[in-house]
Amino acid sequence: MTAGTLTVLSGQSSGERLAFAAAGSWTAEHAQALEPLVDAATRPNSPVKSVALDTARIDRLDSFGAWLLERALRTWSAQGCEAKLVGLRDDYRGLFDKIHAGTQKLTPEPPKQNSVIATLESVGITMATVGNDLLLLADMVGALIVALKRVLLHPSTFRLTSMVNHLQRVGWQAVPIILLITVLIGAILAQQGIFHFRKFGADIYVVDMVGVLVLRELGVLIVCIMVAGRSGSSYTAELGAMKMREEIDALRTMGFDPVEVLILPRIIALVIAVPILTLFGSMAALYGGGFVSWLYGGIAPEVFLSRLREAIDVGTFEVGMIKAPFMALVIGLVACVEGLQVEGSAESLGERTTNSVVKSIFLVIVLDGVFAMFFAAIGM
Amino acid sequence: MATASRDAVIRVKDLIVDLKGHRILDGVTLDVYRGEILGFVGASGAGKSVLTRTIIGLLPKQAGRIEVFGADLDKVEDTAHRAIERRWGILFQQGALFSSLTAGQNVEFPMLEYLDLSPRLTVEMAIAKLEMVGLKPDVYRKYPSELSGGMIKRVALARALALDPEILFLDEPTSGLDPISAHEFDELILTLQQTSGMAVFMVTHDLDSLYTICDRIAVLGDGKIKEAGTMDVMLASEQPWLKAYFHGARARADRQVTAKHLQRS
Repeated sequence: MTAGTLTVLSGQSSGERLAFAAAGSWTAEHAQALEPLVDAATRPNSPVKSVALDTARIDRLDSFGAWLLERALRTWSAQGCEAKLVGLRDDYRGLFDKIHAGTQKLTPEPPKQNSVIATLESVGITMATVGNDLLLLADMVGALIVALKRVLLHPSTFRLTSMVNHLQRVGWQAVPIILLITVLIGAILAQQGIFHFRKFGADIYVVDMVGVLVLRELGVLIVCIMVAGRSGSSYTAELGAMKMREEIDALRTMGFDPVEVLILPRIIALVIAVPILTLFGSMAALYGGGFVSWLYGGIAPEVFLSRLREAIDVGTFEVGMIKAPFMALVIGLVACVEGLQVEGSAESLGERTTNSVVKSIFLVIVLDGVFAMFFAAIGM
Repeated sequence: MATASRDAVIRVKDLIVDLKGHRILDGVTLDVYRGEILGFVGASGAGKSVLTRTIIGLLPKQAGRIEVFGADLDKVEDTAHRAIERRWGILFQQGALFSSLTAGQNVEFPMLEYLDLSPRLTVEMAIAKLEMVGLKPDVYRKYPSELSGGMIKRVALARALALDPEILFLDEPTSGLDPISAHEFDELILTLQQTSGMAVFMVTHDLDSLYTICDRIAVLGDGKIKEAGTMDVMLASEQPWLKAYFHGARARADRQVTAKHLQRS
């Protein structure tokens, strides 16, 4: 530590013999300065046949210094010199022997691949992962159906308390934020509609646009995206942490099916909660739209309501609501599948949680497209 | 291994610590001397871990003084505090390895933070440390999730030793290890302590460790140090808890094992 301490490595050569003397503090603080000295001292020197490294004047030695001494000896030996350490103090002997015993034999890393091949490989791995994910998802659907059948045959085994608890968390506690977001979406939609429709005097059609768009598509989509980010991620993180702490293995060894105990109540809670949230969200969006139409567009609430009654029918509302439970199922399945794939590290938990949200939002939108084609085909 | 100079590296005086309104430590006074292994025992929930965590600064104290290397931890500045932290190493009960780093990177982490070494020397030192704690160099590239419990403790010990600390805190180092591994771990701590001359502050329940490697033992009870001294002092003590601890059924069994072990070796 003391700044005045000299760290010295000096050498004298006489023919085939080389003598080095080390002095001062050979410790971690000085390792940075010592390493170049050791490297310089161990540069190949052809006539030299034997080297003696005198360590009698070393005041302080720790494992860093000991390793640098050892490295010098090993380099000399590798060059074919006979290298030995002289004058090591007895109290440093144990430390030096510990370091000396180390082999430093690290199996070499596998050689780096050609970058083109590596890119192709990573594409291949990604595709295989996508396929594997679909298999896992199908697997989970199957396990869920089996668990559901068992629960239907023996209704007393259903974890009602757990389901109600999750229903409170993903349903009831989500209501304020869902209402807030959907009111804003409805209001923005109405404002944009009025602003552009006004240019050709079609203000009143904003009611049609808000009504159809919110009830058919946006209400359910916004709610599902919120639920995926809010509840899907928490499912993944919970199950992942349970997996990391071997809680899921413990359940399994006690003869419980984790799908029945943990996953079924969670998914059923989502399937119940999302349609209710969609209903609330759609109503809130219509309210937001109507409010902005009144303030910004001058469309009185009575006019808005009567126009809305003409623009939409029960079918419009049904289209949105029918989609909700299916999307809830997709969010729940993805969240649980990802949660069960968490491995030991904290990083893996974070990665899976991100995956869960990204994948479920993606699948929800894909599913929405499939439903759009389906409803178009049946003329709804 | 008599401690010739009674040079205290840690001085705790009248320490009072409350946790959630409960008084856990009520006037603890304890010295740890340079170059000794201090075993720290007490009933579960007596506050052993609380004392350790208070000394290393993870818990706030209500009153009292903690001096490390002669510096009062309340009065030192941040840079001086960091310099003190650089001179101690801590082995947490569960290892507390960073799960997103490999074993090697875990050991390198404090070196990269505190020392300005070349990449080559950093890697070599990390491997040397892993080998010092009895692991194969190949562990360097493994992640903590790929290691067994005993290996995790060894890697964590290597990380605690990364900067050649002068004080080593061990929180139940042998808990969760089988008796053979626990014995090896004790021996390892003893050799490392003898080679480097560091002070070891060891919270333990393992009577075997107390018999074989500790120079001094301190007993915590009712928020105070009930007794501190060598094993002979502990065995001679008349305090009921100490009698039960050191003369109970487990203690006798343990001592026989130790005695047998000593005869054999």
